[in-house]
Amino acid sequence: MGILEVKGVGKRFGGLQALGDVNLSVEENSVHAIIGPNGAGKSTLLNCLVGKLIPDTGSVMFEGQSVLGRKPHEINQMGISRVFQTPEIFGDLSVLENVLIPCFAKRDGSFRMHAFESVSREGEMVDKAMAMLEDVNMADKKDMNSASMSRGDKRRLEMAMCLVQEPKLLLLDEPTAGMARADTNNTIDLLKEINEKRAITMAIIEHDMHVVFSLAERITVLAQGTPLVEDTPENIKGHPKVREAYLGESA
Amino acid sequence: MLGLNKKDTSLLLIVAGLALFAPFLLNPFPADSGLAQFNAGYPDLMQRFVIFGIFAIGFNILFGLTGYLSFGHAAFLGVGSYCVVWMYKLVDYNVIWGLPLAIVVSALFSLLIGFVSLRRSGIYFSILTLAFAQMSFNLAYSVLTPITNGETGLQVYSNDPQVLLGATEPNAPHLFGIVMNQSKTLSMGAWEFTFNNGYYFCAVILMVVFYLAIRIFRSPFGMMLRAVKTNQTRMNYTGLSPRPYTLAAFVISGMYAGLAGGLMAAMDPLAGAERMQWTASGEVVLMTILGGAGTLLGPVLGAGFIKYFENIFSKINDGVLHSWFSFLPDGMENLLVGIVHPFVGKGWHLTLGLLFMAVVIFLPGGLMEGGERLKKRFSKTPEVKDPEHRPEDKPHVAE
Ligand SMILES: Nc1ncnc2c1ncn2[C@@H]1O[C@H](COP(=O)(O)OP(=O)(O)OP(=O)(O)O)[C@@H](O)[C@H]1O
Ligand SMILES: [Mg+2]
Repeated sequence: MGILEVKGVGKRFGGLQALGDVNLSVEENSVHAIIGPNGAGKSTLLNCLVGKLIPDTGSVMFEGQSVLGRKPHEINQMGISRVFQTPEIFGDLSVLENVLIPCFAKRDGSFRMHAFESVSREGEMVDKAMAMLEDVNMADKKDMNSASMSRGDKRRLEMAMCLVQEPKLLLLDEPTAGMARADTNNTIDLLKEINEKRAITMAIIEHDMHVVFSLAERITVLAQGTPLVEDTPENIKGHPKVREAYLGESA
Repeated sequence: MLGLNKKDTSLLLIVAGLALFAPFLLNPFPADSGLAQFNAGYPDLMQRFVIFGIFAIGFNILFGLTGYLSFGHAAFLGVGSYCVVWMYKLVDYNVIWGLPLAIVVSALFSLLIGFVSLRRSGIYFSILTLAFAQMSFNLAYSVLTPITNGETGLQVYSNDPQVLLGATEPNAPHLFGIVMNQSKTLSMGAWEFTFNNGYYFCAVILMVVFYLAIRIFRSPFGMMLRAVKTNQTRMNYTGLSPRPYTLAAFVISGMYAGLAGGLMAAMDPLAGAERMQWTASGEVVLMTILGGAGTLLGPVLGAGFIKYFENIFSKINDGVLHSWFSFLPDGMENLLVGIVHPFVGKGWHLTLGLLFMAVVIFLPGGLMEGGERLKKRFSKTPEVKDPEHRPEDKPHVAE
């Protein structure tokens, strides 16, 4: 049994069957990549896991509990964090505040008033957030307005915001999209380290094969809403069906 | 001091200083000079400064921090006033009974309205709050006449129970014998300064609620409210439910409004439905934006600014205009009076509209932004460019 079990998930948008009959099992502590051509339904699948979309059919179990019917914030509190295709951060807030918010969310749950405590006096939280920023090499930018940062920095910040919650499962939708090569390599190292040191399971959607083959232990290939194959990177590379559906098309 | 950092402490002290010395600061001109009409240091106006300041501080906690624009906060103002007048009628003229009740009832009332309205955001939220406020106004004006005394307005009559009214007790709103509408006057040469009990009572409350607002701004709760304004998607996926936060902010701002409404009745023992009309809701929106939404001091400045100019401009009538322009030949004089006439007196709202437009267009951050710009111009510190500034990467093709 994997930490995440997806069984028979289907999702239809009007006349378009975005997801057919998706089965997926993500092993604890592994890095599982989901690849596929544009419009294959990767983001849709991810949205079904985090409560943004409710699948028409099938079940999604996380650690033996169903996530279906739960709200996104409840699913996050179960231990699933998500990185978006375009970074979602708190643009009006400083970098440090961006990381502090998930710290509080982790400690206090989905709502707590604490209206008369002072953020600057929450030493433990500030320390935790700063340590996280050190880990992603952003400590020197802590007072910067996060909206004014480069896209690579926003992505790293978003990652830090997810990691500081110590999720059990981290979902990443094209984490290196739009990054320069050097940033991409940094991200690969960061993700590797996260997976090994922090023992965080990851499911990653990615177009960049360099990233996929550097990280993934298992790969699921999705095409037109259904998984074609699921296998190890070595076997996927030479798989004729994959070449035809995916690599062939992008070449 | 009081759990505030240095900057916030000095901010609080500035507000305290301004409030304390307002009778001097607002009366800079000698009482018999021609400029005396620009003085603002008389009790009625100073009370309004402070009461609307409280209203705007509370409104800013909702609008400035979460970005939810309510057009219905006048309803809570009215509720607060009715509560205080009812306590006069039932108990006695001591404001100590009515004000806490005003806060509690407006909290319950805003909990109800907020719970429903916050199911939507943006323009739909604003429309819902507006609808609720107009409903409240109509209820107060006609349907609930037994409670609100309809269009006459609620006031104290000699046959009201007033169960605790003592034989020697003053027959006007007071706090344990300190009568609100009593003042002491100090004459210094040509100058005259008025110290009014009611004003100082309101000013002390203003300091307390301003302090509370600072604490809220600097708290994790305040940070969450700003997060609501910035990105609710990220909030949801960070395990936070935005709705309770917005509802809490709505209720807090409703309580501030209820307190402000209660203080109005504490200064003048009347409550009328017109206090709940949407124009009053619009006014607090203007005050907050004009002063600087999301800043601590802005709403107070905005409230003072609007109330001051309302007072000054609405006092200027044609007689005053003629005396200003009397040095000109008759034709010119009449022409100028004719041009200025629509902008003063009853037409002062035209001036307010123009001022508001100018601020929104040229100073979107309100008076506070104007202040910041002036400060920058005079301090002349060179802007430090971020050394690591890089242009935004090109978006990925797949998006
Ligand atoms: N909310 C929606 N309403 C209608 N159609 C949608 C919606 N979301 C996605 N789709 C459609 O479903 C299909 C799958 O989209 P999805 O975003 O999951 O693809 P993807 O694999 O993530 O592609 P990409 O690599 O471009 O990100 C697409 O044809 C898309 O147009
Ligand atoms: Mg996608």
